[in-house]
Amino acid sequence: MTLYFTKDHEWIAVDGDIATVGITDYAQSQLGDVVFVEVPPAGTAVEKGKEAAVVESVKAASDVYAPVSGDVTEGNAALEADPSLVNSAPESDGWFFKLTLSNVAELDGLLDEAGYKAFVATL
Amino acid sequence: MSEETTDEIPQTLPLDAWHRARGGRMVPFAGYHMPVQFEGIMAEHLWTRSSASLFDVSHMGQLLISGEEVDEALEAVMPGDIAGLAEGRIRYSLLLNDSGGILDDLMVTRTKGDLYVVVNGATKYDDIAHLHEHLPEHITLNHMDEQALIALQGPKAVDALARLSPGVEKLVFMTAGAFRLGGVSCWISRSGYTGEDGFEISLPASAADTIATLLCDQPEVKPAGLGARDSLRLEAGLPLYGHDLDEDISPVAADLGFAIPKRRREEGGFPGSDRIAIERAEGPATKRVGLIIEGRQPVREGGTVVDADGNDIGRVTSGGFSPTLQTPIAMAYVPVSLATPGTPVTLQQRGKLFPAKVAAMPFVPHNYVRKGA
Repeated sequence: MTLYFTKDHEWIAVDGDIATVGITDYAQSQLGDVVFVEVPPAGTAVEKGKEAAVVESVKAASDVYAPVSGDVTEGNAALEADPSLVNSAPESDGWFFKLTLSNVAELDGLLDEAGYKAFVATL
Repeated sequence: MSEETTDEIPQTLPLDAWHRARGGRMVPFAGYHMPVQFEGIMAEHLWTRSSASLFDVSHMGQLLISGEEVDEALEAVMPGDIAGLAEGRIRYSLLLNDSGGILDDLMVTRTKGDLYVVVNGATKYDDIAHLHEHLPEHITLNHMDEQALIALQGPKAVDALARLSPGVEKLVFMTAGAFRLGGVSCWISRSGYTGEDGFEISLPASAADTIATLLCDQPEVKPAGLGARDSLRLEAGLPLYGHDLDEDISPVAADLGFAIPKRRREEGGFPGSDRIAIERAEGPATKRVGLIIEGRQPVREGGTVVDADGNDIGRVTSGGFSPTLQTPIAMAYVPVSLATPGTPVTLQQRGKLFPAKVAAMPFVPHNYVRKGA
């Protein structure tokens, strides 16, 4: 399993051609209390850089972009019952969706963990 | 994820460093750097409803208006009963344009010889220009920009403040007076915009740091940001200028008829009085209402109210998630035929439909300390 990050504060954990996507701990700390998450249902085709999910805090709605293109195999149903998982476990139980990668080469442009941490330090 | 950006170059208010030292996350708002939250909007919101929070509202405009026949002068620009305002009493009023649209909403207090007016931060320079233009020349308007303004809000605000400034507990909702607080002369009003009991404290900017620290040293008090202030006022059913009120909206449509007392309605003689008389007689086309939305997803400002054919028939002007009720709530303008509490309506946001019901406001009961209570 390899972990990648985007400058839009998504993380993507890749295992073969299956990937899990969520938002980073930094992102959830910036959003504050998450009250609602809309995740794409299985079967949705998502495109790298396009809106794939919506996360709502008390204050505002934010789009979550697909870090890579692919077909969604599962949205995280647990977020419907408990959106605060995004705050309490952003990089584990609070994942947003899983997908089958349609273009593995898209991973090349993403940051690794050290690169993302260095990027966040500049914000 | 996307984040909002803004082009304005914000200015710094007296408590800027104080907020940053306490972990306040600063955002540009109304031309200033302002704290949106400290430990989190939800926690700050719930703390305000159960204890007391300190909000910095120094971005708001504090004006002192004085001169001969100042009451008459002010009654010519706003529809409030200024002449009937006793010393130490506060009234909610409105600045209206000639067509009865709302230029700002504000609080007017009679001090010893003057009228102390608090206006919204985003509109204060426009308000000042408007007042200079419409008040007689002999009326003096002093923008008190050397004063900071702190709101201490919540059911335990009185416990914390009375410990430091004995006597404030004798104030009731919408009254004010001069007090000493931490050795500093302050003007303290029992008022606020959260639906809770609480106080607004006008004090010299040079003392803001010391007094804010003194207040937050009280066990009841924690700092809170604009995020909680917004969710609190939404639950309290209080409109926010620039969102639920603007210069096209009349006080009748905004359901602010209480701000135009009987004598002023009958006498008229304020900007827009003709339109307001007609709207009162015939009913406004649309009315501000509260909405409770099914599910957990908030519908926010910019969402629309749609009819069965999908046509826009109204608009959402404020919306969010109610921390107290744990459900999304909103304010919207809807046709008067749909304004009765309990009426089902359909909202649309980003192409998605949301069932909602018109609800009586406030969503969360007010907790003001009234006279004789």
